[in-house]
Amino acid sequence: MKLVTAVIKPHKWEDVREALETFGVTGMTVSEVSGYGRQKGHTEVYRGAEYDIALVPKIRIEIVVDDNDAEDVVGIVVKTAQTGRIGDGKVWVSPVETVVRVRTGERDESAV
Amino acid sequence: MDGYYAFMLVATAFVLMMTVPALALFYGGMSRSKSVLNMMMMSYIAVAIVGILYVAVGWSMGFGGGGTFFHDPFDLFWLDGVTTDGYIGVMFQATFAIITVALISGAVADRMKFAAWVAFVPIWALVCYFPMAHMVFSCTDDSLICGRIGAQDYAGGTAVHINAGMAGLVLAVLIGKRIGFGKEALRPHNLTLTMLGAGLLWMGWYGFNVGSIVFGGATDEENTAQFFSETGRTFANTTLATMAAILGWLLIEYLMHRKATSLGAASGIVAGLVAITPACGAVDIEGAVAIGAVAGAVCAWAVGLKYRLGYDDSLDVVGVHLVGGIIGTVLIGVFSTSEGAGGIDGLLYGGGLGSLGDQALGALVAIAFSGVLTAVVGLAIKYTIGLRVSEEDEVEGIDFVAHGESAYDIHTSGGGGGTGVLAARTVPVTEGASA
Repeated sequence: MKLVTAVIKPHKWEDVREALETFGVTGMTVSEVSGYGRQKGHTEVYRGAEYDIALVPKIRIEIVVDDNDAEDVVGIVVKTAQTGRIGDGKVWVSPVETVVRVRTGERDESAV
Repeated sequence: MDGYYAFMLVATAFVLMMTVPALALFYGGMSRSKSVLNMMMMSYIAVAIVGILYVAVGWSMGFGGGGTFFHDPFDLFWLDGVTTDGYIGVMFQATFAIITVALISGAVADRMKFAAWVAFVPIWALVCYFPMAHMVFSCTDDSLICGRIGAQDYAGGTAVHINAGMAGLVLAVLIGKRIGFGKEALRPHNLTLTMLGAGLLWMGWYGFNVGSIVFGGATDEENTAQFFSETGRTFANTTLATMAAILGWLLIEYLMHRKATSLGAASGIVAGLVAITPACGAVDIEGAVAIGAVAGAVCAWAVGLKYRLGYDDSLDVVGVHLVGGIIGTVLIGVFSTSEGAGGIDGLLYGGGLGSLGDQALGALVAIAFSGVLTAVVGLAIKYTIGLRVSEEDEVEGIDFVAHGESAYDIHTSGGGGGTGVLAARTVPVTEGASA
């Protein structure tokens, strides 16, 4: 099993969720996070004082999937979250040792 | 003149509303979330202290009779000799004293010891405001700014705005910069409060300006005629100048930073109201638009001065009230018409430079008086009680240190302010919607 983690632009989150559901992903964990990459935040102006706001808001999606689905899920996220502009985010895949469904105690593939 | 008395009851309540809650909201929204309660409390405590002190000696010092700087404080001590039908006039003037003191608090946001503010408020009112109100508003022949210099000031460009703005500058210098000034983003924490406060200030300002009418007629009929024509003028001028100032501020902001901001609109409202305060009786509606536009544009630029000159006037009491007050007071000398309340023609209406000189001198006297006396009061408190909270208390937040409270109990998930897109997912629950 793999853990797919994606950090994307907030306005793309709804598109990504829909595309993943269409593909058959049944659940995910989503959180509002902040951070920065190469775009280095943005500028705000208050009464003439300009501030560099280093951290920009992002959405982080975490999905545990079968090994075979990992590449497809990554592809869907990249395709739907892409605007081609700086700040689109990142997706990464990491190995997962064990998964347990809390309700039934099922393990691994049957718990995903 | 029954109508006038009924009107003054309303006008006085309006001006009280300018301090609580309008100014407290305006300033509170601009401060940080860890110091918003202290910011608002500075206005609320000023109302209580100055209001009672005004009845004790303020009315007597300001309006009890003659004097160059002030009248004998004990002549009408605790309103001795004032009949109850005169009380509404006393209360009206008390609300002016209250807001003038409260205005200063914006210069020292986030860092002034509450005890130091509680000491500063009554002393400053006694030393700076009550005398200035006498010099400007009582207008006895021997009063300095109105009687001797002959400067026009309808509702307080000098006594209120230059006075408070100058005091803010002096106090900001004495107390020093906030930790992180010029390095960290000391952003407003809730601009919706500031927008609300600015709107309420605008509404209250009709009591402030229009209620400042002084009658000069010999008969009731003459005074009634004056009431109708003059209140129309001051109401219209107050409105138009404020509108022009919003546009002026936003235009300059757009030219300098390519953005028209909500804080700019709220600030433009206050800058326009400040500038038209002394001039609302003296000018016609074209003059009001001109004064408002100039004040909006110049104040939008002036709020940036603190970064170049290195004083931390946190919420721009100087950039808005001192600069706006000077603009309004001095431009009377340009736009004043003899049809107005003062009966004096300014530069544009063939009156020459005489009025302009009187107005500039009046403004200078107000600047000097407030500057010197605020420095004396401020230094006295600095070396006794101390002006400033400790560094640790300032960083942790003055709300908890001074008042034992926090303004907000908000938990955000995953840090950051939140964009709301996740919360939006939870709202529309409709029949048959997919999970």
